[in-house]
Amino acid sequence: MAPSKRRNVILRITAEQSGKRAKIDLNTKVKDVLQDKKNANDVFDILELLESEKEKDVVNAVNACSKLFSTLLEKKDLFLGKLPTGEEEEAFIGGLSAEEKYRLFMRQRYSSCVEMLLEHLDHELYSVKESALCCLMKFAEGEGRHPLEDLDWSEHYSFPRELLQGVVDRLLSRTTENSMLISRFQEFLEMEDVRYYVMSSIRENVGKVLAKNKGALIPVYQNNVFSLMSNISIPSQESGLTNFMIKQEAKHDDWKVAKLNEHKRAFEKMWLGFLKYKLPSNMYKKILVILHDSILPHMSKPTLMIDFLTAAYDVGGAISLLALNGLFVLIHQHNLDYPDFYKKLYNLLEPSVFHVKYRARFFHLANLFLSSSHLPLYLVAAFAKRLARLALTAPPTALLIVLPFICNLIRRHPSCRVLVHKPSTQDESVEDPYLMEEEDPAQCRALESSLWEIKTLQSHYHPDVAKAAGSINTPLSGLEDDISELLEKTTYELMERDLKQTRKTVPLEFETATQLLKGGGDVLGQHFCLG
Amino acid sequence: MSEVSAQSVLAHLFQMGKVPKKKRSVADKVRKAKTSFEIKNNPFEVKINRKKFDVLGRKSKHDVGLPGVSRSKANNKRKETLLKEYKQKGRSSKFIDKRFGEYDTQMAPEDKILKRFALERQRVHDKKDLYNLNEDEELTHYGQSLAEMEKFNDAVDSDDESEEKGLLSAELTASHFGGGGLLRKKTGGQQDGEETHRAKSRQELIDELIQKSKQEKRERQVRKEESQELTEKLDQEWKSIQALLVKKTPKCDRAEEEKPKLEQYDMMVRELVFDMKAQPSEKLKTPEELAREEREKLQKLESDRLRRMMGEEVEESSQSQSHISADDLHDGFILDKDDEKTLSYQVGDKRRQAVCVEDGDAGEEEEEEEEDDNADEEGRRRRRRGSRRPAMMKKMVTLTWSPSKKIKAQQEAAKAELPYTFTAPESYSDLKDLLQGHTPDNQRLIVARTQKSNHASLAVGNKLKLQKMFGFLLEYIGELATRSPPELVAVDKLIPELYSMCQMFPEAACKAMQSIFEDAGHTMEEVLEVKGHVPFPALDMLVYLKVTGLLFPTSDFRHPVTTPALLYISQALTKCPVRSLQDVTSGLVLCCLGVEYVTFSKRFLPELINFLAGTLHLAVKDKTSLGSYTVVPPFRPTGKCSDLLVLSDSESCASWTKKSLPLSATRHLELRSDPTQTQARLTCVSTCLDLVKRCCLLYKDLPSFTCIFRPIRTLLSEHLSAQTLPELLQILESIGGAAVTRCRLVLEKKKPIPLKLLTPKIVEVLDYGKKRGCNREEREKERLKHKYKKEFKGALREIRKDTRFLAREKLTEVMDRDSERKRKVRELFGSLATQEGEWKALKRMKSK
Repeated sequence: MAPSKRRNVILRITAEQSGKRAKIDLNTKVKDVLQDKKNANDVFDILELLESEKEKDVVNAVNACSKLFSTLLEKKDLFLGKLPTGEEEEAFIGGLSAEEKYRLFMRQRYSSCVEMLLEHLDHELYSVKESALCCLMKFAEGEGRHPLEDLDWSEHYSFPRELLQGVVDRLLSRTTENSMLISRFQEFLEMEDVRYYVMSSIRENVGKVLAKNKGALIPVYQNNVFSLMSNISIPSQESGLTNFMIKQEAKHDDWKVAKLNEHKRAFEKMWLGFLKYKLPSNMYKKILVILHDSILPHMSKPTLMIDFLTAAYDVGGAISLLALNGLFVLIHQHNLDYPDFYKKLYNLLEPSVFHVKYRARFFHLANLFLSSSHLPLYLVAAFAKRLARLALTAPPTALLIVLPFICNLIRRHPSCRVLVHKPSTQDESVEDPYLMEEEDPAQCRALESSLWEIKTLQSHYHPDVAKAAGSINTPLSGLEDDISELLEKTTYELMERDLKQTRKTVPLEFETATQLLKGGGDVLGQHFCLG
Repeated sequence: MSEVSAQSVLAHLFQMGKVPKKKRSVADKVRKAKTSFEIKNNPFEVKINRKKFDVLGRKSKHDVGLPGVSRSKANNKRKETLLKEYKQKGRSSKFIDKRFGEYDTQMAPEDKILKRFALERQRVHDKKDLYNLNEDEELTHYGQSLAEMEKFNDAVDSDDESEEKGLLSAELTASHFGGGGLLRKKTGGQQDGEETHRAKSRQELIDELIQKSKQEKRERQVRKEESQELTEKLDQEWKSIQALLVKKTPKCDRAEEEKPKLEQYDMMVRELVFDMKAQPSEKLKTPEELAREEREKLQKLESDRLRRMMGEEVEESSQSQSHISADDLHDGFILDKDDEKTLSYQVGDKRRQAVCVEDGDAGEEEEEEEEDDNADEEGRRRRRRGSRRPAMMKKMVTLTWSPSKKIKAQQEAAKAELPYTFTAPESYSDLKDLLQGHTPDNQRLIVARTQKSNHASLAVGNKLKLQKMFGFLLEYIGELATRSPPELVAVDKLIPELYSMCQMFPEAACKAMQSIFEDAGHTMEEVLEVKGHVPFPALDMLVYLKVTGLLFPTSDFRHPVTTPALLYISQALTKCPVRSLQDVTSGLVLCCLGVEYVTFSKRFLPELINFLAGTLHLAVKDKTSLGSYTVVPPFRPTGKCSDLLVLSDSESCASWTKKSLPLSATRHLELRSDPTQTQARLTCVSTCLDLVKRCCLLYKDLPSFTCIFRPIRTLLSEHLSAQTLPELLQILESIGGAAVTRCRLVLEKKKPIPLKLLTPKIVEVLDYGKKRGCNREEREKERLKHKYKKEFKGALREIRKDTRFLAREKLTEVMDRDSERKRKVRELFGSLATQEGEWKALKRMKSK
């Protein structure tokens, strides 16, 4: 159109750039454009501002655009149908009335604006990203209500899928961490239809991107995908599906989006599509942590996760510990039969179990798994003995869990009492027959052994541990100890117990202190000097 | 006014006062007349309280009452007390009767009268002379007693008048001037008889006196003349002999000579006075006895410690000092001993301790120390030796004055910088200002002096000040340790002061330490939550941990300070990843501390073994063939920091000699050249091995000894070469050599349940229908409640009676007043009537 005029506009805008005035300017311009079709060319001014360097200007422009185009969408002042491309344009325009031309012009501006906004989703500044996102979602809502396609809407369901796909593609960036923006996006995921289409968009995107990379790790991208997916949660009942962005007047009940099963299926497909590919180990942990309560319940067929979980269980270390939780859900609720489950569990017991972050979760689950009274005796004895052996390297907080745990095992299986009570006729010293290296609990000869380790722990330095270990000296009471409240105990809480206690008298050291390095056997003084 | 007259007046007054009170009930009069026996037998007086039951063997006090008697008693009592008070109401002046036995109710009135009379007589009798009524008063002139002046006058003028003067004041005045007669009239009438008798012989008496005095005068003159003659004679004789005396010394010289002699004597006397008198003291103990006592004391402390280690409950009494005086303020101040040593654990005497502190210092230092001890009592800065008793001191100061002036001068110079008293710091910055810029020795001196000049026994707030100072001192130590380079020497010097303050205020010290660990533990926990791992504790925390070990017993089963400290060590050893040689050193320091903490109690510290094994793992060259042992977090089997202690060249091992690492190596380690790095590595490994050895010895009695040391054993035997580390074999031996003494675990036998006893259980029932609490306190409470109720009721009754009595009294008063008025009015009317009558009669007469 009139390039000279546009240049003028640019000049004018660059001439006056005070923030507030610009905003007022923008508002008046939007009003002008909406009022009179003669002022249509002012749209360029607004779009120009979108590419400004200044954050404030951009945000203002985005807001102005949002206002302008949503009003236009409402007024149905945008051209419907497919936009002509390239050479066709001239011919196409030729056959249109002035009114039509105006609509086409505006439609073109609208699509360029959407493109710009999508680009802004990769902007460095969060505020720009956020306003762009909001604006786009507003457009999506407007488009949903007043579709731009010229179709028979009694046959089809209107939803701006392309726009949403574009948004999702931008959100799942491969280069920048978008977790902030994604958590902002969560607000829109509350709406059922948006969620549904976002899920399918994610699946498409993941399939595209990861297939192209042939399974190589893209940590940033995967992180983005994970944070977006973990934000998706599906209501547990069909009646919960009420919050829609676009209400379909006709045939609403037949719409896929209105069905919970469809949601579940989409959710399942999305996750399986993502988990199919190789994951970084910290991602593994993150997924496993949320798996049992935010993924498995929303799947239509949770058993499909078996492959993933067994693979994770075989990885070893902390990942195995975490996979246990998902496995437990599958075994417990979905009738999964897992061969050698206990053997694997037994082999999971390593010194590191007492030191990892997921210690509480592990012991909670182990307690559940071993609560069955149908377990063979050798197995329980093997677990008790192995835990006792490992307890020799455990910190006091872990010991306060393990000792009652072992006592509970012995209580549940009274035949295990031989571990703590084996009267023998001859008073000779015995070698410990237990084989620590043996992987099979059936072969480890735990039943022939005794829990000398707990006897050892009776002289542990911490008074609570020593007392807990002392409980095996006397016949155990019938009631099990409740370990659930011990699980989360921290060292600081243990310290606090002694620190907060007020005692009337404080015993003092009676050997007179003379030097820093002296005293207490002079161990420090022997190896270190003041220097 | 004489007492006699006053008394009579008083008696009169009182009788006047009693007149209106005389109205007594007839019953009272009768009762007064009757004896108690009569009253008791009078059936109208006696009220018999009927009893519901007769209880055998119980004596009742209240079966017979005498209501009339008790009522009149109460009435009398009220009259004596309440009525008097009522009468005195609103009056500010008071009449105090000072007569003998006036307020003594025990005494019978007859006795009183007798006694008063006797006193009166005695007073009269004591007077030497009848006429001098002012004998008690002393006449003065210019503030001097005239009588005294008269006596001195005697010596001054040796005139013959002197003897007569005494007479003048006494009898002569009376006889010569006749004033006595006038005065005599004022005295009581009882002496009138005597006076008349004397008046008769007056003329004769005066004549006699005059004669007597003249005679004496004459005699005296004669005697005086005789003595004068004799003295003159003597003088003449003396002059004849005088020439014979050869040496003639002037009089003034002689006087001077005498003076020093006298002073020497004085000195001797004073010396004897100040000298310690032989006091009965405890007999000197033989060395054997001393040793035995020492041993017993140590044994007691040791058994105490053992009991606490086993976690038995400690009775409060066992903690306290065995010989606490009733006046002890529990501030650690012991009067007779030196202030420095305090509280219960006193092992070894003070001198030895001081020597021990200054160990290896020059003799001059020793003297300085001594002077410091006495600094506050000896403000004059004089040196003294030997005895430390202040009484002896004065003498010693004069006798042994400055034998070595040179040393003294040096000391003076050195001491000139430090004042002897300090005010206790109010804040941490105060303390810092106080100690900043001094040498470590002087810092110690300052702290010691501050402590002494603010001793809790000297002022009320001092205890709190010193308690606060302990906290500041701890903070200061932490700061010293965090400086770069750390000033650990200063910390070292401050340790004895910290210890002594801790002994003084265990609770405050405990609190201060606890807050340090609380903060440290809290920050560690927070960092752990955020990051999952924490850096090794800084040097100040290490110093705090060590200081904790010095101040508090580490062997207790549960201790408010050492248990959290151990937890802190364990937490640090499990959660702090080892990333550099500094970290290794820090870890080893923590291990050393851990070993020190558990040395005595032999408690099992798993983290210690884990860390040592992990450290040894760092020295393993080939990490691929791990297999038979596992390392525990924070160590990893492989990784970027798992080769920290691998020795690159074996040659430097040969030249290596063991040197102790400085504590500052935990923070900053100079590792510029490769050999020094190897040296440091070797030192770490050798330290680690030594600690392993110690642990072996500590834990060899544990039933799982082999299991605990299995990883270390495999490490040493299979993965580390014995050539580079010669200690290795020894340790292996000690691990392998430990005898496995394990018996099968057996539960403790239950106590057999005792058979049921068939003898009846006798419970005392002493209720008698009254509800009573079951235990003593409740019974006591019940009893007191009952008593209170009774007393309350009684008091209420008494108050009511009092008011009734007062009302009655008021009524009678009003009635008396009214009747009086009526009488007077009637009188007036009567007189007026008579007047009127008379007037009318007169009128009538006139008219007639």
